Amino acid sequence: MGHDGEDSLATSEGGEELANDRSKATSPPRDGEDESTIRVLKEEGAETSSKVESSTISQARFQSLETEQEYRPPLPPRPTNVNLLREGSYSPKSSLQRSRKTSRPQLLSTATTALSRTDIHTQSYQDGSRETFDASAQTTPPSKATAAFGSIKRIKDLSGSEGGDSASVKSYAPSLETGGDVESLLGEVLGASQESPAWRLHSTQNGALNPFDSVAYEDDEATVDFYREFDEIGAVAADGENEEQLLNQWKSKRKHFLILSSAGKPIYNRHGDDNLISGYIGIIQTIISFYEGAHDQLKGFTAAGARFVVMSQGPLYLVAISKLGENDLQLRVQLEALYMQILSTLTLPNLTHMFSNRPSTDLRRPLQGTEPLLSALADTFTRGSPPTLLSALECLKVRKTHRQVINDTLLRTRCETLLYGLIVASGRLVSVVRPRKHSLHPSDLQLIFNMLFEARGVKAGGGENWIPLCLPGFNKNGYLYMYVSFVSAYESGGEEGREGQNETGKPDDIAILLISANKESFYDLRKMRDSLVEELEANGSMAIIKSAVRRGRPTATDIVPGTVLRHFLYKSRANVQFTMPSYEPSFTTLLAKRRLLSLYHALHASVHAKNAHLKVHHCISRESISLAWVTPLFELYCVAGPHASRNALAQSANKVIQWVRREEERVFIIGGAVF
Amino acid sequence: MSSRVSTGARPGARFAQFKLVLLGESAVGKSSLVLRFVKDQFDDYRESTIGAAFLTQTISLDDATTVKFEIWDTAGQERYKSLAPMYYRNANCAVVVYDITQASSLDKAKSWVKELQRQANENIIIALAGNKSDLVAEHPDKRAITTADAEAYAREAGLLFFETSAKTAENVRELFTAIARKLPLEQAGNRGMRANPRQGVDLRPEAPGTQGGGACNC
Ligand SMILES: Nc1nc2c(ncn2[C@@H]2O[C@H](COP(=O)(O)OP(=O)(O)O)[C@@H](O)[C@H]2O)c(=O)[nH]1
Ligand SMILES: [Mg+2]
Repeated sequence: MGHDGEDSLATSEGGEELANDRSKATSPPRDGEDESTIRVLKEEGAETSSKVESSTISQARFQSLETEQEYRPPLPPRPTNVNLLREGSYSPKSSLQRSRKTSRPQLLSTATTALSRTDIHTQSYQDGSRETFDASAQTTPPSKATAAFGSIKRIKDLSGSEGGDSASVKSYAPSLETGGDVESLLGEVLGASQESPAWRLHSTQNGALNPFDSVAYEDDEATVDFYREFDEIGAVAADGENEEQLLNQWKSKRKHFLILSSAGKPIYNRHGDDNLISGYIGIIQTIISFYEGAHDQLKGFTAAGARFVVMSQGPLYLVAISKLGENDLQLRVQLEALYMQILSTLTLPNLTHMFSNRPSTDLRRPLQGTEPLLSALADTFTRGSPPTLLSALECLKVRKTHRQVINDTLLRTRCETLLYGLIVASGRLVSVVRPRKHSLHPSDLQLIFNMLFEARGVKAGGGENWIPLCLPGFNKNGYLYMYVSFVSAYESGGEEGREGQNETGKPDDIAILLISANKESFYDLRKMRDSLVEELEANGSMAIIKSAVRRGRPTATDIVPGTVLRHFLYKSRANVQFTMPSYEPSFTTLLAKRRLLSLYHALHASVHAKNAHLKVHHCISRESISLAWVTPLFELYCVAGPHASRNALAQSANKVIQWVRREEERVFIIGGAVF
Repeated sequence: MSSRVSTGARPGARFAQFKLVLLGESAVGKSSLVLRFVKDQFDDYRESTIGAAFLTQTISLDDATTVKFEIWDTAGQERYKSLAPMYYRNANCAVVVYDITQASSLDKAKSWVKELQRQANENIIIALAGNKSDLVAEHPDKRAITTADAEAYAREAGLLFFETSAKTAENVRELFTAIARKLPLEQAGNRGMRANPRQGVDLRPEAPGTQGGGACNC
């Protein structure tokens, strides 16, 4: 597979397909020189080649945008910028830098709506000497007002990794807006007003880092770190002797989530205990309230290569700290999910009540038992989660007629008190029934799936479960009650040598979820479950579900024979659902999966950048060639190996679209069953 | 819904079904005791219960008598407090658990006992379980509540009492068996046979009045 250089993306398969002029403009032209840096996308290859890139990346993010208003004394470049300066400005050898340089002017000349991105990246080469906050996710250039109290200097060691740096921090104008995607799952009747905030896609004017940046965030050291990302940090010894070592461990984590009250009380943090990091929590709280005091709202800043995103929700502050290259919009979606989990435990009125009664409330106690759920969410986000990135659900692929039978069985066995009935197989929706006037919200389902398939508390119980929970998308003011029981997909317990674990590590179990507003309805729902399972067994549906679970997802080459594609995500916007092939064979390790997801994050950011009306976005790196393609109907993100041609990639993308069209009623639940 | 006793195929064979609820502070080992009893397993890194779990386990008291427990394993958290009555309302028996290494957990256990004695079924059999006995076997200084103190309280309050370890299985089976033996098998049995064949003989004081004299099915 050679490189087709200047070939257009047009394939011979019709007007609706990938033949967009702009796609040509946004992808860097390639020539012979590139080939010397192209490597096969193998794990080892990828890991070794990432070192150079990662050092340039963190620098690039450091520098980022300088506002015109600000006076910037010329300072000598840092030694660590050498890579960047040499490769970016003087030597065109690196494909990473080349593509940056060569793509931007073209972007400017054709896609004028993406102007701001060009500015930012141009500027980022001019001054490598200062760290200001990252502009990659800014919605607007900082206004005069925000610039007035723009920087807090010398907050030492804020993110801890670059001793002695002084971070300059600046808020940006709070102008996140709701994007155009009105998303309501399976809810024809649902108006935009009911949509859940968690799943709104906020658009940012400039969501794009250079997509390459986040693809290769690891150098060898960090690669090892990522495997330690989920290790517990021990407790501080009584004599405090191990404190420094623990703090270093804490700093080495690539992602943190913190939740605190506006009064500064810690509520949740993913890594380390409160005592260990109380100093950092104090600093963050000080920074946030500094802006609050000035009637401004701090949304985010960058320090020492980590992006800080702050979300204020009533009496709570939620903070994400990421070195994984996600942009603000993506981190906000994650914070929103954590907030929804808190609401799900407490309900909004309870939460507000507690804090209006006593602003210094310690929320840890009322939230007791919620921590594993928050951590399960956090870790899912750190590993990388297609449903969260796309704000969409995945369904189990079964024939339309089979799904119809399952739906009918659910409807037939339905008991009076049932609100929602769902069958979910290893995190994928099989069937859902609901009242005509209520839809189900993807954000609510995300919480439920997280509870059942990511956290271990419910499954470990080994029995049936009766769980009071608030589904904020449905109603954030009250509780519902959920009956849950699991059916094993392997009748005789993992005999097929897979130990009940599927490719994503979720137990291959089928969950029956019956949700009611009546807290006394356990026995009714239990009876319904019994007859439901009995009927599903009798009419063969259970066997169909089990075999679909055992089969797993098809690989990319099962879907498009002979394709160059390694993986793809296809989101149907209308259905708020997505489908994807198996992670096998290329993305089976934790790290390979994270890299893939980082690439998807970068692609997603570039096509969701506000005013960047990109329909097609190409990204070419030493490790891969990838493509994002967005239409009103769908979003497609696909990845091929570095030796694939753009033409082959485009052809495969078209094939995927054809496959989805053919399989639409199998891979998606369309309409769903209502009563 | 609460208990059911019927004769099996074999003459003289008895089968009874009882509802049991576990109460106690969070993390004392309620779920671990149930897991040990039902699946004979133990998990060191167990995540806390969300809501409540419902499990069943059947034990044979002797050749002729089988008892099936329907077990509600509740989460000890405050916010679920208002749901507790739903779990103990028709319970025939309760296991109130504390952690022998945590003094405060016995106070919590006592308040559950009080609530049960006030609100639950009048004939409810309550067992007090001081869990995590394995911890003090190795480190006696970890013990926060002496056996004698707990035993004295249990006697005074009319409770069965065991020190258990879900980890080593010590006294777990004994605990549930003792409860089964103390349950009003004969009484329920007689009543069950007099009552409607439908399941769910209610043992609350007001219940007998509602049970018409069904045909004896012996
Ligand atoms: N050493 C020891 N640990 C136990 C015992 N029972 C439970 N645990 C541990 O105590 C913690 C809480 O147990 P769990 O069953 O979830 O308590 P629950 O909240 O009352 O249901 C878990 O880490 C268990 O592993 C026991 O008998 N011995
Ligand atoms: Mg428990």
